[in-house]
Amino acid sequence: MSSALSSEPTLRRWTADPVLTVEHVQMRFGGLVAVNDLSFEVGRGDITALIGPNGAGKTTVFNCITGFYKPTQGMLLLKHAKGDTFLLERMPDYRISAKARVARTFQNIRLFSGMTVLENLLVAQHNRLMLASGMTILGVLGLPSYKRAEKESIEAAKFWLEKTGLTARADDPAGDLPYGAQRRLEIARAMCTEPQLLCLDEPAAGLNPRESAELNTLLLDIRKMGTTSILLIEHDMSVVMEISDHVVVLEYGVKISDGTPSEVRNDPRVIAAYLGVDDEEVEKVEEQLDELTEGTTP
Amino acid sequence: MEIFLQQLINGITLGSIYGLIAIGYTMVFGIIGMVNFAHGDVFMVSAFIAMIFFLLFTTVLGVSSVIMALIAVMIIAMVLTGLLNWAIERVAYRPLRGSFRLAPLISAIGMSIVLSNFIQVAQGPRNKPLPPVLSGTITLMERNNFAATISYKQIMIWVVTAVLLAGFWYVVQKTPLGRAQRACEQDRKMAALLGVNVDRTISLTFVMGAALAAVAGTLYLTYYGVVNFSDGFTPGVKAFTAAVLGGIGSLPGAVLGGLLIGLIETFWSGYFSIDYKDVAAFSILAIVLIFMPQGLLGRPEVEKV
Amino acid sequence: MAAAKTTSGPGGSIAGAARDAILAGVVALGIFGPLVGLKTEQNMQNELVITTRWGLVAIIVGIVIAGRFLLTTTIWPAMTRNKMRDKPAATAGEIAFRARLARWFAPTGLVFLFIYPALMVYFLGFQGSLKWVDNFGIQILIYVMLGWGLNIVVGLAGLLDLGYVAFYAVGAYSYALLATHFGLSFWLLLPLAGTLAALWGIMLGFPVLRLRGDYLAIVTLAFGEIIRLVLINFRELTNGSAGISSIPKITFFGIYSFELSAPNNFAKVFDLPMSSAYYKIFLYYLILLLALLTAFVTLRLRKLPVGRAWEALREDEIACRSLGINTTNTKLTAFALGAMFGGFAGSFFAARQGFVSPESFTFMESAVIVAIVVLGGMGSMIGVALAAVAMIGGTELLRELDFLKAVFGEGFDPDQFRMLIFGLAMVLVMIWKPRGFVSAREPTVFLNERKSISGSFVKEGHG
Repeated sequence: MSSALSSEPTLRRWTADPVLTVEHVQMRFGGLVAVNDLSFEVGRGDITALIGPNGAGKTTVFNCITGFYKPTQGMLLLKHAKGDTFLLERMPDYRISAKARVARTFQNIRLFSGMTVLENLLVAQHNRLMLASGMTILGVLGLPSYKRAEKESIEAAKFWLEKTGLTARADDPAGDLPYGAQRRLEIARAMCTEPQLLCLDEPAAGLNPRESAELNTLLLDIRKMGTTSILLIEHDMSVVMEISDHVVVLEYGVKISDGTPSEVRNDPRVIAAYLGVDDEEVEKVEEQLDELTEGTTP
Repeated sequence: MEIFLQQLINGITLGSIYGLIAIGYTMVFGIIGMVNFAHGDVFMVSAFIAMIFFLLFTTVLGVSSVIMALIAVMIIAMVLTGLLNWAIERVAYRPLRGSFRLAPLISAIGMSIVLSNFIQVAQGPRNKPLPPVLSGTITLMERNNFAATISYKQIMIWVVTAVLLAGFWYVVQKTPLGRAQRACEQDRKMAALLGVNVDRTISLTFVMGAALAAVAGTLYLTYYGVVNFSDGFTPGVKAFTAAVLGGIGSLPGAVLGGLLIGLIETFWSGYFSIDYKDVAAFSILAIVLIFMPQGLLGRPEVEKV
Repeated sequence: MAAAKTTSGPGGSIAGAARDAILAGVVALGIFGPLVGLKTEQNMQNELVITTRWGLVAIIVGIVIAGRFLLTTTIWPAMTRNKMRDKPAATAGEIAFRARLARWFAPTGLVFLFIYPALMVYFLGFQGSLKWVDNFGIQILIYVMLGWGLNIVVGLAGLLDLGYVAFYAVGAYSYALLATHFGLSFWLLLPLAGTLAALWGIMLGFPVLRLRGDYLAIVTLAFGEIIRLVLINFRELTNGSAGISSIPKITFFGIYSFELSAPNNFAKVFDLPMSSAYYKIFLYYLILLLALLTAFVTLRLRKLPVGRAWEALREDEIACRSLGINTTNTKLTAFALGAMFGGFAGSFFAARQGFVSPESFTFMESAVIVAIVVLGGMGSMIGVALAAVAMIGGTELLRELDFLKAVFGEGFDPDQFRMLIFGLAMVLVMIWKPRGFVSAREPTVFLNERKSISGSFVKEGHG
């Protein structure tokens, strides 16, 4: 068995300077343990994928990171590039976004559908603009300092509209956009909060191959900018294998594999989890899979 | 002890009436997620129907047996109030189904204004007193010139409420109609796909709610012996409070909530101040909702992200 | 009562429509037969007796049958045809016309509002203008202001507040008590009343704004009722149901008084004939300015981050939290601001009436204000103003229909039917336009081109 399991002693790149460290996190709903003793790291500047079969607890992990759920046990440590650290499990959800700078998207898109695309992007810059408007008071009086701040925000919005190819639709209601554009807008909106960590919940779900390819480019672009690390949940293996630096695999709320895409792909436990086969058969399947994928990825 | 017993008896009586009205709120909320603001006024109209027919039977037709008259009046009130609520649902709520969430609520508030003002125009603004019926009482306990009594009327209210609730429980739990109702409550679209006639089920829910309100109306009329066009609001709001307190959407919750509100009100009046009894009821509603938004027997709402 | 038809039913055939109409007639007979046909009245011995009015029942049932028949055979088919024809008819020219109309409507309306008292005085003289300035002008403007104030809470932030009248009451009683006991001036008490109402808003809002959906509506309703009941029962302070009377009038910024006995009485100073019209006209302009202040602040806030956060909250609260917006604070600001304008309107109301009692602050009042906001179209200032004019002005107009006495006989009192028609109008408008008169939303900012947002995308909030 050549595949690398976590027992391997070599230092992983993402453990050197993780933006997020998840340690022994457990999430329990009544008697149901959705996530159990989960630990992993998200490397700074990496694209990290969280994969696993349906019901493995991936979205629950996201909800713990972004504060919508409070984990029953464990620690979620977020570290900014400048060195500030935050214990996410102790912060209310809106502060996680505002202070710890973790942004997210949702599996079932949550846009402000009755507001324009541009307004969506301005709402995302709420806290900055709120300060600039002197907690509203200066804004009501119409002072120029707020005007300037708003102009800057619109510039930031324009930047992301350009990146996501939505400039032409800036003044249309978000609810009027086609599905793929809505997904991109949600990412643009999250990026407008200037996050240190961007959590994407199935960003490629429901996209056609062309849109999926565009998404990959967008995510790689964000990665290249270097200020935002990405953690994503994805079912589409072509996305995962193509763009991620690091893959964490969950099954029934427990981590079963953690490594580079090629390591994970060759991990028999992952193959078993996905294909549901007995351990003895794993090797056979692995060989078949190797043959299948040999041509596509180096 | 006598005061306690007396307030207990009065509270259960009042609570039975609230509980019967509360079921109408809770059923409609359960099935279409709408706060039926007109329900209190439907209850008031039913009391008027009961008053009119009671008068018709006793003075015009000369029915001598009060019991027979009351039973007949109750059945007629149930039928006509059911018809009324059916018509209201068809006219004011059904066209708004699946539309804007606030639209049916506003329509219901409008309907509530229509009903109370219609009765005011049709029957006049004055109180409508009935001659006392079933006026006997049974003394249960007596000491220091204070007697705890239970009146025949109260016994009748308890018995009628218990019998009707049992029948109602049977309909909801054991009949195809009840099953259809519960299915619509869970998922209206899926129920329709599986062949449940959703419109008809909702109509029947309104009819059932109105019929129970009509029972409450008849009992209210016999208990207090007087009814006024503006009598819909306060019992309506209190019954609604009861439904929420018990956990809106839950039928046993509605009855439990009704009894609790009735008891709170009578005990508050008995031991503290009659002036602030409604304040007590509303405060408890607010406190329960703030600390236990799902009510006593309701299902907790899980926030879906 | 004609039962509304759904898609299924007698498919347009005359016989089917007739059968349907007869059925509606039977239902109407069942409902109106006893309630209208058997009128109960008290005789000399205070006993109830029944008088019959079968003729009236026959007329009502006849109207229902005819109305239902007409609806199924003519009106609905015509409406469906219209709807199908309308779709391609919205040409560019029409859209431009609508945009022009929308642009001109507000300034024209504003000019009209400012010259309205002058017009009334010009045409009807000072005494004749009284009714039109007071009963119509001031009355409608109070509701416009209340509607605009509540619009912040319901229309923008999407929080259903069924107890708004509580803040109106706080404002009214603050002015009434402080002015009668301490003789403080309206101009001092107006901001104070607004602040007190806002503080109450924060106090009540803090525990309840965590609640979602209809629960919030219910708790606000309960708070509204609690405040009214306390006003009734806390007799030492509020004088109970009897209310507080002889509340001082508002002065002309302390310079002139409108009290008859005062030496600086407005009419005396200017040597004018005595009339209450001056005070009414002054009040008219005062409430107009207060309402416009509400509108100005709301319009300004909509374009600021806090206003956008309100609307975002109405659209999706969870997304708001994921973007770092403190939703509790955002809701509280909406609640407090709405309450403050309610408080302003309340102190104006107390000064105008010269008398306040708990009677004026019933749940019905809250319901009417919510109805105005929803009928107008949530979030739309012009829509809310139109709804207030239609609903309050329309029903005030009913008081004037004395000629109906000629039709229905001397005993006919149109005032009786006022609230009945108000309620019916609420139901009908909702069925006709469930999203209100003006459902489109104006964006607060644009990159290239300002486009109205169709009401179908705008959400109505969960609270």
